[in-house]
Amino acid sequence: MSGSRHMSRRDFVKLSTAILGSFIGAVIGIPAIGYLIAPALREDKAGKPVVIGNLKDIPIGKPFPFSFTVTKVNGWERTASSFGGFVIRKSEAKEDILVLSSRCTHLSCRVNWEENRQVFVCPCHDANFSLEGKVLNGPPPAPLGKFEYQVQDDGTLVIIPLEVLQEA
Amino acid sequence: MWKKIYAWLDERLGLQEMYTSILDRPEPKGNWWNTLGSASLFLFLLQGATGIFLTVYYTPSPDHAYDSIQYIMESVAFGWLIRGIHHWGATLMVLVVFIHMLRVYITASYKYPRELTWLIGVGLLITTLGMGFTGYLLPWNQRAFWATTVGTQIAGSVPFIGNFILKALRGGPDLSALTLQRFFSAHIWMLPAILAALIGVHLYLIIKHGESHFPTEED
Repeated sequence: MSGSRHMSRRDFVKLSTAILGSFIGAVIGIPAIGYLIAPALREDKAGKPVVIGNLKDIPIGKPFPFSFTVTKVNGWERTASSFGGFVIRKSEAKEDILVLSSRCTHLSCRVNWEENRQVFVCPCHDANFSLEGKVLNGPPPAPLGKFEYQVQDDGTLVIIPLEVLQEA
Repeated sequence: MWKKIYAWLDERLGLQEMYTSILDRPEPKGNWWNTLGSASLFLFLLQGATGIFLTVYYTPSPDHAYDSIQYIMESVAFGWLIRGIHHWGATLMVLVVFIHMLRVYITASYKYPRELTWLIGVGLLITTLGMGFTGYLLPWNQRAFWATTVGTQIAGSVPFIGNFILKALRGGPDLSALTLQRFFSAHIWMLPAILAALIGVHLYLIIKHGESHFPTEED
C-alpha cells in the first residue's frame, strides 16, 4: 500500500485538511479585512478643478471675487464647505494672474477688497493685506493663501481647490 | 520542538484533560437531531462575530441608523454579506433553537437529572427571542418602527402594570431615540451577556450529566 510514489492516507488527509482549511480561512478572512478597511480604500474626491470664469469677463487691475462649494462625503454624511477668493490680473498676459484665497491667515475670517484704500480688509481684527496678499498690518502670521490655476485655450480660468500657503 | 511546547502547556493547562472531558466524552448512539444544540451554539457565535462587525459602521440614532445601514449595504466591501449573514442567521437561530427544544421534548431528555438543563434552555429560548425582538428595530425603517410600536403595545396590554412596562420598554410614552438606544444596548450588551452566561451553565450541565440516550421500549 505505502509505495514510495504514493501518498499515505494520513498524509493525504493532512494535506487536504490544510488546503481546505486555508480556503475556508481565505473565504472568511478576506471579506472580514475588506469590510474593516473599506473606507481607507476610497478615492479622495476633493481636489477636482473648479471653473472660475472666462478671462474676458475678468477685469484687469481690480480683484475679481469668486466663491465655490466643495462637498465632502464621509460615510453617509455630506458636508458642503464654501471657499472664496479673488482673481487678480495685472496685465493682459495669461501668465500674469494671481489667484488669492479670501481666508485670512489669522483666524479664517473672509477678507474683502476695499477699493478706496486698495487693500484687503479682514472684518474680524481689521488686518490689511496688499493686492499681492502681503500682510500690511494686524495679527495675521502669513500672507493670504493662493490657488494653483490653469488657463484653457478658450480663456476659461480653472483653479485647483486646494489652498497653497505662501511664505511670509 | 512543537511537541515540547505542547507538553509544557499541557502540563500547566491540562489541555488533554479538557479535550477528553469536553470533546471526547462518551455519547449514546444518536442521530442528526442530536446535533441541533451544537448548531445553536455555532449560530450564536456566528451572530456574535457578524454583529461585532456590524457595529463598526452601524449608528444607533434616528438620524443615522437607516443611512448607516444603507452605507453598509451599498458602500462597504462585503457589507451586504456580513449583514446578510446576520439577518438570515437570526431567523435560522430562532428556528434551530426551537427545533432543538422539540427534539428534547420528544425524546424526553428533560427528565431527571436534566430538569435544570431544560429550565435554562427555556431561558435561552426566551433570550433568543428577545434578541430577535430588539434587533428588529435597529434598521429603523417603516417595518422596524411599526413592528416595535405593535410589540411594545402588546406588552402594554398587561393589566394594571401594562402602561409601566410599555414606558420602560420604550424609555417613555413614545417610540423615540431613547427606544432605539435602549434596544441597541439590550441587543449588543445585556441579552448577549445573559445568553453567554446561560450557555455556559447549559454546557456545563450537558458535560456533567452526559447526553441522554433515546428511550427504549422498556422506558
